[in-house]
Amino acid sequence: MNDSLNSTMVPTPFRVQRVRRETHDTFTLELRPPDGSRTLPFAPGQFNMLYMFGVGEVPISISGDPSHPERIVHTTRVVGTVTRAMHTLKPSDSLGVRGPFGTPWPVEKAYGSDIMIIAGGIGLAPLRPAVYQILSQREKFGKVVILSGTRTPADILFRKEMEQWRSRFDVDLFTTVDRAMSGWKGNVGVVTTLISRAPVDPQNSVAMVCGPEVMMRFTVMELQKRGIGGDRIYVSMERNMKCGLGLCGHCQYGPTFVCKDGPVYPFNRIKDYFAIREI
Amino acid sequence: MENLEQLLEHHPFFKGLEPKHIKLVAGCGSNVKFEAGEFLFKEGEEANAFFILRRGKIAVEAFAAERGSIIIDTLNDGDILGWSWLIPPYNWHFDAKAVELTRAVALDARCLRTKCEEDHDLGYELLKRFAQIIEDRLQATRIQLLDLYSVSS
Repeated sequence: MNDSLNSTMVPTPFRVQRVRRETHDTFTLELRPPDGSRTLPFAPGQFNMLYMFGVGEVPISISGDPSHPERIVHTTRVVGTVTRAMHTLKPSDSLGVRGPFGTPWPVEKAYGSDIMIIAGGIGLAPLRPAVYQILSQREKFGKVVILSGTRTPADILFRKEMEQWRSRFDVDLFTTVDRAMSGWKGNVGVVTTLISRAPVDPQNSVAMVCGPEVMMRFTVMELQKRGIGGDRIYVSMERNMKCGLGLCGHCQYGPTFVCKDGPVYPFNRIKDYFAIREI
Repeated sequence: MENLEQLLEHHPFFKGLEPKHIKLVAGCGSNVKFEAGEFLFKEGEEANAFFILRRGKIAVEAFAAERGSIIIDTLNDGDILGWSWLIPPYNWHFDAKAVELTRAVALDARCLRTKCEEDHDLGYELLKRFAQIIEDRLQATRIQLLDLYSVSS
């Protein structure tokens, strides 16, 4: 493991190996360390700070396979100056990387349980490493259900992989979009409407949820209605993360720092802050 | 093979309904089948039934000039379709189209309305259940209106 990356504030330059346009406003970067020999082990749910030289640094979740730490994969959406600049990157360009940071999805803790992966929009990206890890040790879990919601059919991420997951007999995958024109053969409706039909045992399920905060709020309500306790619901929070080490205080969330104590939290740990609009 | 009464009895929507009421409701029911692309009903038509979807998928659509038909919601196995039969003037507000081969139970609206007028307990029990569905769909629509995945979110 490259300890210097964990211990320093200085980004290491990585080389862009591959760029994939996922949808009209999302893209995936595959990065390699400059010397090619080092790896950057990470746990599903963690993020890196990515630095576009001369533009700025942003926290981006890792969306790749944790069993391939030699390939650092990030999927992001073009939403601001830095990601807009990243969108112009081409293979062999350079990008600064610090990390990985943050808490992981509780994949090992969930051994023996049914799993619900619930993603909204780009929220599927931070969950994909958890899906990889779960499927690589499929026998250790009960039912595995993936629920994914996007705005329109054109916004569906990782289409090819989703089809592969859907075709597995040991995975139940349901997708839905918020709007579609006539002729769309899939589901229309918000992702929360899929929860009631997920074939899991609520008493023995672990839910991992990632998406816009408002989506997670309604998702948690629906999961609780289904009988899944707040100690078995995990959410990935997003705040203005800067240092990634819990030092600068930019990402303070209640008494915690999202970069260090999160981004993945058991819902019970943050439930008192979840409904407070000011934080 | 389940008969209509047994089918209703085991459906979550009718959970807790007295056997005599199940019998009354079943008396208004019939099995129906829709091919992919076939309309169950169209906006403005008389709402003369509601449907319990046994297997298949239905798209609830609205037509907007220059944009075509927009899917508002999809309903799947076990879902209940239609409450306009309960509310005057008993006309559908949307189109409902089978996305794939769909089998359903259709409950005749006139028959049910008459039975509800004659037996207010039955009417109240049905209204309670439809109120829950209306509430669930209203909540879902509100969340849909939030446009959760827009760039600003």
